[in-house]
Amino acid sequence: MILSRTLLKRHSVLPGFDLALGFALLYLSLIVLLPLSAAFLKTFTMTWAAFWDAVSSPRVVASYRLTFGASFAAALLNAFFGLIVAWVLVRYEFPFKRLIDALVDLPFALPTAVAGIALTAIYAENGWIGQFLPFKVSFTPLGVFVALVFIGVPFVVRTVQPVLEDVNRELEEAAATLGASRWQTFTKVILPIVLPALLTGFALAFARALGEYGSVIFIAGNMPMISEITPLLIITKLEQYDYAGATAIAVVMLVTSFALLLLINSLQTWARKRQGGV
Amino acid sequence: MNTLAVPVAVAADAGVAPRAVRSATVEAPWVRRALIGAALLFLTLFLFVPLVTVFYEAFKKGWDVYLAAILEPDARSAIALTLLAAAISVPANLVFGVSAAWAIAKFDFRGKNVLLTLIDLPFSVSPVIAGLIYVLVFGLQGWFGSWFIDNDLKIIFAVPGIVLATIFVTFPFVARELIPLMQAQGQEQEEAARVLGASGWQMFWRVTLPNVKWALLYGVILCNARAMGEFGAVSVVSGHIRGQTNTMPLHIEIVYNEYQFAAAFAVASLLALLALVTLGLKYFIEQRVKDQRRAVGDRAE
Repeated sequence: MILSRTLLKRHSVLPGFDLALGFALLYLSLIVLLPLSAAFLKTFTMTWAAFWDAVSSPRVVASYRLTFGASFAAALLNAFFGLIVAWVLVRYEFPFKRLIDALVDLPFALPTAVAGIALTAIYAENGWIGQFLPFKVSFTPLGVFVALVFIGVPFVVRTVQPVLEDVNRELEEAAATLGASRWQTFTKVILPIVLPALLTGFALAFARALGEYGSVIFIAGNMPMISEITPLLIITKLEQYDYAGATAIAVVMLVTSFALLLLINSLQTWARKRQGGV
Repeated sequence: MNTLAVPVAVAADAGVAPRAVRSATVEAPWVRRALIGAALLFLTLFLFVPLVTVFYEAFKKGWDVYLAAILEPDARSAIALTLLAAAISVPANLVFGVSAAWAIAKFDFRGKNVLLTLIDLPFSVSPVIAGLIYVLVFGLQGWFGSWFIDNDLKIIFAVPGIVLATIFVTFPFVARELIPLMQAQGQEQEEAARVLGASGWQMFWRVTLPNVKWALLYGVILCNARAMGEFGAVSVVSGHIRGQTNTMPLHIEIVYNEYQFAAAFAVASLLALLALVTLGLKYFIEQRVKDQRRAVGDRAE
């Protein structure tokens, strides 16, 4: 009763508002908000100097560099190939297209630990692909990159694909009649239309890669300062009962994720406006 | 590797049907061929080869090794715990998803956008951090740690912690499928049911639920796949006690680290199979939802 009287903007004949919203809020608070706030409250018990030490020691900084660098590079590769995959799936016909289209979502469905051991086996020195490469992939920072590419594949494809499907073909015909080459039409007409979606997909893949753990730890080799990602460092600190240190690093990652979430939300708003305008 | 090379070659050839006159909005055949080739090469290297590897490595040492690996007691208890965690977390998130979607889609209230953002929050939290926050709340040094010890309740390094962490990482799946669909459907049908004298529950079971059943199933399937496959969050809260607090992904890790690769891939192949079934169902339901969305759109016009 309290909920409907204070929150509802206008009266409705439909029942169940208090029950539905009340339960949703309670569940959300217990499962998500309360535990998340525990992370922030825990860091408030630390002094500023202790917090700064925990989040800026050389080993931690090396893990940020690897995590952010590999995530960025993986998202970049996914943006490039994701655009090509989306293009090919929307514009061309080829055998097994529907099957391949469905399999693009594999990283969403395949557990990360399974992906991790499979990628490690393939990219090891005697693996199916690793044996043909002149350099080591498994158990190096390059392995981290490979795992992060895998988990990021669907993001760019699935954000760009629907936008590409909606591109008005008349615009391309108009560009062609006005004398534009196919490449000019792509860079000056099509690319500006899909750019917001492409950036959104890139940001989503990047954000997902930052927090990834399961697929990376098998292939990374996990050497401190070299191939140790930040989420692993959080677990290492926990295992040493350094709860405060683990939480401090977690808070840095959480703040980064929330900032990315805001960025992604505004990118999506921009994408919707852009799409509506065309 | 050979089995995969075939479709690649076929696909590249099929893209170049010769045409006398090329339309101005179509790329040259060699461009088309190169793009299809690049896309398939990328997907093969990063998706298809890993998928095939799982099954190849699982069966490399024969059926006996495979069966022994998935039937040994530790593996069986891991499978049982994975099923239990999914059996609790999926219905819990389903009830939440329906409640949240009902309130958000059918009513106009203050703070709706904040609520929408908060529901998606767990997707942007690293699984490791999802596990950590439950350790902070329920662990020995945590807020309620001593209370739980006094009452002889174990949450962290026990099954309840695993279930909670699983619920957290699969939190938004059902809600985010239902909300947009129910918003698009509007309130008229429910209002009509009420005017015709249906009780609240009658309206819900006979009008609302049938209208959203495909989207609901879609959310449940994705939620279930993630619940059974979650690794990072569960790893933090599990304590890795063999035969007691190991789920399938954790069991894979332990066996793999003991260099029993065939056994690790055998259990992994079960999860890979689940992933394939999930993708198949997902594809099937996507077609249904598309039809339904189109029907809603037609009615609106």
